[in-house]
Amino acid sequence: MSLRSPLARVLGQGSAKEGVHHWWAQRLTSVALVPLGVWFAVSVLSLPALDHATVTAWIGQLWTAVFLILLVLTAAWHSQLGVRIVVEDYVHGSGAKTLTLALVTFFHVVVAAAGVLAVLKVALGGAS
Amino acid sequence: MTERPLSPHLGVYRMYRYTLLTSILNRATGLVLSAGLILLVYWLVAIASGPAAYRGARQVLSLDVLKALYLLLLATFAYHLVAGIRHLIWDTGHGLERAQSKRSAVLVGIASVLLFAGLAWWALHARGHA
Repeated sequence: MSLRSPLARVLGQGSAKEGVHHWWAQRLTSVALVPLGVWFAVSVLSLPALDHATVTAWIGQLWTAVFLILLVLTAAWHSQLGVRIVVEDYVHGSGAKTLTLALVTFFHVVVAAAGVLAVLKVALGGAS
Repeated sequence: MTERPLSPHLGVYRMYRYTLLTSILNRATGLVLSAGLILLVYWLVAIASGPAAYRGARQVLSLDVLKALYLLLLATFAYHLVAGIRHLIWDTGHGLERAQSKRSAVLVGIASVLLFAGLAWWALHARGHA
């Protein structure tokens, strides 16, 4: 039995190879978020205080800034992929669905950009 | 568009089935963690805005309702992490038999509760305040 669609059979073509992109990106980001998430939880809970001087000094360390930027980017990407599926499942009507998906994507890009810029600003000494 | 099948109608499923419960919990905790990401970025932006702005933000961030949200975030983090690892193991083709899946569902429940308890205990005792 062939799993190809009638159109694909007629055209003699297989998949366009892009079908697994969402699935694969979700897996890659989730693998990355396991160490990043654990690192973040342990690091924040280990901070001796949460005043401005302490957190600024913490983010000022090179690898803290690197991991924080990776965490924000990866979490925003993973979140966008996940929220996208929820919208696709529960928001009905092509207009409402497309609009919601666009807003969700824009929102995640804004969150990612703000997070990365904030970490960079602190790490480069602009927050004191 | 109107004639196409819609998914999933929560009302028609038996919610106590472990397959459905673990799946919908993973999705729900993911959504809560997305809200947590906003909170994380708000915190980072507040730090970047300087000491005075950060003092103001800390007053907002230490509201009781947000402290309750931090505990919820720890719980959702624990569940989503453990359940996500279960999914990654499934993706390798292992543990998909019904008995194995049932056992791993129980394991996810136990491990996430233990992880949450440990994290919550640490959070409540860290720095000597909640």
